[in-house]
Amino acid sequence: MSKTSRTGITMPTQAKKDSIIEIRAIAQHDMETGYRYSEDGRRIPRDIIRLFTCQYNGEEVFRADFYPGIGANPLIIFTTVAVASGTLVFKWVGDGGYEAVNQAQITVS
Amino acid sequence: MTELNQSSKTTKLSRRMYLSALGLLGISGWIVPSLTVAKKPEAMDAIAKIVGSNTIRDGRVKLVIPPLVESGNLVVLKLSVESPMTANDYVKAVHVIAEGNPLPNIFAAYFTPRSGRAELTTRVRLADSQRVWAIAQMSDGSFWQGYADTLVTLSACTEMI
Repeated sequence: MSKTSRTGITMPTQAKKDSIIEIRAIAQHDMETGYRYSEDGRRIPRDIIRLFTCQYNGEEVFRADFYPGIGANPLIIFTTVAVASGTLVFKWVGDGGYEAVNQAQITVS
Repeated sequence: MTELNQSSKTTKLSRRMYLSALGLLGISGWIVPSLTVAKKPEAMDAIAKIVGSNTIRDGRVKLVIPPLVESGNLVVLKLSVESPMTANDYVKAVHVIAEGNPLPNIFAAYFTPRSGRAELTTRVRLADSQRVWAIAQMSDGSFWQGYADTLVTLSACTEMI
């Protein structure tokens, strides 16, 4: 059974051609580090998002590997060049079969 | 308006005075030496894994974290690398390494010429007052590094639930 959670994308819906747009991507996730202990002294197993990718019309424009050092509900703000109208697909992949996909449309003029 | 400016100046000044007072008390002297020593072995290993036998040069990488953090659980980290970001000359990857975290690797970001700018903002966990390194790999294979120091009053990772 695969897990998923809420994600959010904030980016402009319209942009001038070849301008640089800022994208904010957030995923709801505890990012359990694997270094914490529960009250009965047992180590809480690591459960984090490992990989984030952004595809612009099918071409990968940004990728990031996450480690436990990333805070809960990982937020990542990055940029891309608005080359053409189309779809940006964002994907998060993590432990225990976690997978979340979000997408956003952009109109480039 | 001028009044406002003045008041902000005085608050800045008093903050500076407060910090220098800390220095006089010897607190900064107690914290700073631990930060000025060479990178810790775990961090060295993590960096060596990234760069291999290449040499790292200082510069081009700018890392911004607040100098004083109340909680290490969510620290806003901003990163930018000087690069034209063209098809021939761009930043391939940036690795962020925290010396004092149980796992020094925080994240690795992979840029492309279509990133436009080699800039990134995210929120990280810091286990301790420490130096955080950012190592950038350029498309020509060269490595550049930058760092930022921070003081963390409440550390991440250690709390119970």
